[in-house]
Amino acid sequence: MKRNRVYLAVLLCLPALAVWGVLWFMGTGALMGPREVTDCLGPAFNSGAQSFAQWPLLPDAPTLEPLVRLLLDSPEFFVLFWNTCFQVFAQLAGQLLVGAPAAWAFSRLRFPGRRFLFGVYIVLMLLPFQVTMVPHYLVLDWLGLIDTPWSIIWPGVFSTFPVFIMAKGFDAVPRSMLEAASLDGAGYGRTFFYIGLPLGMPGILSALVLGFLEGWNAVEQPMTFLKNPSNWPLSLYLPQVAESELSLAMVSGLIALTPAVLIFLFGQKYLELGIQASGLKE
Amino acid sequence: MRWKKEKGKKGEADAAALFLAPSLAGLTVFLFVPFAQTVYRSFTDALGQHSVGWSNYRSVLKNSAFLLAASNTAKFLAVCVPCLLAVSLFLALCVRALRPGGKYLKTTFLLPMALPVASIVVLWKALFSQNGILNGLLAAAGAEPVDFMGTDAAFWVLILTYLWKNSGYDMILWLAGLDGIPDSLYEAAQVDGAGKGQMFVRITLPQLLPTLGLVAVLSLLNMFKVFREAYLVAGSYPHESIYLLQHLFNNWFLAMDLGRLSAAAILVALALLVIVLPLQSVLRGEDGA
Repeated sequence: MKRNRVYLAVLLCLPALAVWGVLWFMGTGALMGPREVTDCLGPAFNSGAQSFAQWPLLPDAPTLEPLVRLLLDSPEFFVLFWNTCFQVFAQLAGQLLVGAPAAWAFSRLRFPGRRFLFGVYIVLMLLPFQVTMVPHYLVLDWLGLIDTPWSIIWPGVFSTFPVFIMAKGFDAVPRSMLEAASLDGAGYGRTFFYIGLPLGMPGILSALVLGFLEGWNAVEQPMTFLKNPSNWPLSLYLPQVAESELSLAMVSGLIALTPAVLIFLFGQKYLELGIQASGLKE
Repeated sequence: MRWKKEKGKKGEADAAALFLAPSLAGLTVFLFVPFAQTVYRSFTDALGQHSVGWSNYRSVLKNSAFLLAASNTAKFLAVCVPCLLAVSLFLALCVRALRPGGKYLKTTFLLPMALPVASIVVLWKALFSQNGILNGLLAAAGAEPVDFMGTDAAFWVLILTYLWKNSGYDMILWLAGLDGIPDSLYEAAQVDGAGKGQMFVRITLPQLLPTLGLVAVLSLLNMFKVFREAYLVAGSYPHESIYLLQHLFNNWFLAMDLGRLSAAAILVALALLVIVLPLQSVLRGEDGA
């Protein structure tokens, strides 16, 4: 029995290596000098090369120089980093302001047409970008928002997925508590603020963590709606930088990855809750 | 008493309307109205001025690029959904078998979901290009190098990338499903002398059926985001084996061919509706209580 567990653990290390290896590559790559990165990876980006790209386990001469250079004297990089942050956090704030009350209504209030409307929200949340792209373009163009950060933010704010996840979280708030509050004379607004929000926090955090990862990774939306590279988020810019300056690509890749990994590590509990909620029956 | 209750109920509906108002207003502006407009545009020319009947739809369905993209997407779904379901179920079972140490593995398998596609684009190019790391290893082992991104192999690179990135999500769903199976079932089976394999086939698999439907629907819909990975491994102009609907949509969008684009979007929506509507009860549950 014990031995079986060991075998299993060893077997699972193989797929796990595919994850750790990527992190290792990102970490070591950011510690390499520009020349070493080019020596190692150059052939892969030059189809006429005679040799193959390779990757050492450890950098020959570890240096923080590329990282320092990126952080201290690349203002353009900060513009992109800020673009990403602004687009992501504005979306999250909007999802919270608009989505949380809507989720509360779906979860804890009774009104005619509730089931039908919630069904509509579910269908909308399931629509892929390919389907919503034209409608979004039409309205953004009409509002004159194309090529501004708001073309990414507004459609994200009214995404119905966070409403769905938050509603699942609010389902955990006991009705008896709401009845007690109403007997004590608390109105619907007070009940929402003082009972719903605190008790529904796990669901809200789940929605925010999932929303953060989604926004931080956005590729399709900015690619379609942002023409001017000065508005681009990191996720669009990084694939372009790759070929011209490999060392820069490695460090900026690491910096783009860090917030996402931190949110993942600290929010993993809520991330898992959120994924489970996406699968819970109503 | 009765009168009071009715009044309370009416107030509740009013409150709900207030709570829902911002969300509904936004959806009206950003989805409902423009969606209706999209349906309208699918019957007009590129500038939206003249009605052209069904000709946009005819032109989309005859377009070779659309057919290629649609069939690639369908092929991708057909291969990837079963693979993803199997791999993630396997991972979930292993992680559970290794409890409590399995939680580190769980974190590991979930992590790729958080890694930004853009950050690892260099690694993917370094791994899979013609003079890349993998071909270096193949050459060292005496094998012929493979042109991963320039041949049909690109399709499989995309599948692997997708599995790498998304198995963790499904694994969490399976784990929740596995946690929902009552221990008493296994205990009873053990008393009856059932073996491990028997218990898996007779108890675990049937009990996981509801989860299966759900994981399948979510995987199917998440699969449309695979464009990110395709863009990651191959940029805007990939090998034709991974030319997906999103690539086509981007091209038509750049050409501002809105009539055809609208028609294509409606067709994709209809295709999805046909697949998902029968399965929608899976997500909603039988009874909303």
